[in-house]
Amino acid sequence: MTTASERRIVVTGIGPVTPVGVGVDRFWSALTEGRSGVGKLEAFDASAFASRIAAQVHDFRVEDYMEPSAARRMERFAQMAVAAARLAIGDASLDLDTIDRARVGCVLGTGIGGIGAFEEQVRVLAERGPARVSPRLVAMMIPNMAAGQVAIQLGITGPNDCTVTACAASGHAIARAVDLIRAGRADVVLAGGAESAITPLTVAGFCAARALSTRNDDPEGASRPFDSGRDGFVVGEGSTVLVLEDRDAALARGARIYAEIAGYGLSSDAHHETAPQPDGIGGAAAMTAALHDARLNSEEIGYINAHGTSTSLGDIAETKAIHAVFGEHARRIAVSSTKSMTGHMLGAAGATEAAATALAVADGMLPPTINLTDPDTECDLDYVPLVSRELRVRAAVTNSFGFGGHNVSIVVTAHE
Amino acid sequence: MSDSFETVVKELLVTEFKVEEDKIGSAATFREMGLDSLDVVSLVMALEDRLSVEIPESDLEGVNTFGDALSLIQRKVGARA
Repeated sequence: MTTASERRIVVTGIGPVTPVGVGVDRFWSALTEGRSGVGKLEAFDASAFASRIAAQVHDFRVEDYMEPSAARRMERFAQMAVAAARLAIGDASLDLDTIDRARVGCVLGTGIGGIGAFEEQVRVLAERGPARVSPRLVAMMIPNMAAGQVAIQLGITGPNDCTVTACAASGHAIARAVDLIRAGRADVVLAGGAESAITPLTVAGFCAARALSTRNDDPEGASRPFDSGRDGFVVGEGSTVLVLEDRDAALARGARIYAEIAGYGLSSDAHHETAPQPDGIGGAAAMTAALHDARLNSEEIGYINAHGTSTSLGDIAETKAIHAVFGEHARRIAVSSTKSMTGHMLGAAGATEAAATALAVADGMLPPTINLTDPDTECDLDYVPLVSRELRVRAAVTNSFGFGGHNVSIVVTAHE
Repeated sequence: MSDSFETVVKELLVTEFKVEEDKIGSAATFREMGLDSLDVVSLVMALEDRLSVEIPESDLEGVNTFGDALSLIQRKVGARA
């Protein structure tokens, strides 16, 4: 009999709704083929904006996942979360009618939540007064509604929660899901994140902070982590949900297992609202804690899916963090940033990259850092440039760092 | 005149609230048509705008069906005229 504290957590289902594709097959083939999901920003008229490019989800048809009467109650981030959850459950061949739904939880992170509804209703308030503000505004904009809607749509009644730590949000969601299963509070947790913040106000704010790439004439080349020509991140959207499951339960039902979530580490930079601590001390602390939690030595890590957003400070700080944690072994680790293809999905990034990491471990194929033609002199690791690499690794790390100085590192290992 | 009210409300239910047209009948309750209390507030706002009437919340008591809503609107528009 396994005691609660010894419970191990495996990934049995992956549901990506991303700028590079919807569904695990399209997602993974795009990443391994090095296809960019970045294009002209089409969500609104961005002609007056410094950054006019974005990684948008184009092949998402909401009607494939819910009734129109349900869809109209949700902001896009929640719609995509419901779709991602359904895709993940289907991918896991998990039949909710045969298990206790009270033992199925859901933790979804988001950076911003339903800001589209917020912006629209601010205009209504200004132009038409308080009596015309939608009674659905609050329910559509609050960040926890993605997790709430997944539960409503799927009828899962276990622990239901939301993490809001900017671009680390869905990393934190996975960490919390691991805790829920380890503590015996749930047997299955749908863990991930959702974001749909390609709106005028958000993009204007990021532009003002000089955070976004302005390589407007070359959208597919704009997200270029670790490259000397990088000039900021590309704003993205989407949702990825993972089915995380108690290993014994997964084995008992004969589930296909992608990989194990062996541990995680959390830390704070305690440094600045938006800039990383320049030496990557916070990121290093998270990775060290994750290795400890997974009971692995640093030499056992073969791949790191970097946070790698394509910003000037962030990519260098993360490189330094990897050097600090892994020492001489750092140069033997393959490191890549799939944000070079997906753009920065903000609160959905961590789960999307955990999915990529689990697939890399399961498939023996490491996705590349595309657009990396001329590495920054301070970025001196093996970043799997341009094309994917066939390499079987037994253990990998995926990093997520967020505004506010939040750091999450997750260790993903091959299942045996 | 009542026909046109009916058309306006029906159109709102179908386009804004995604109600299937065959579910709309005078005895159909809002709940049966998939509208919750928040939707009823939204519906009233939209009708006030479309028909240039004011419908105070106190008038909504006992208004549970499509037919109830039509009668209420007729009373309101009639009172205005």
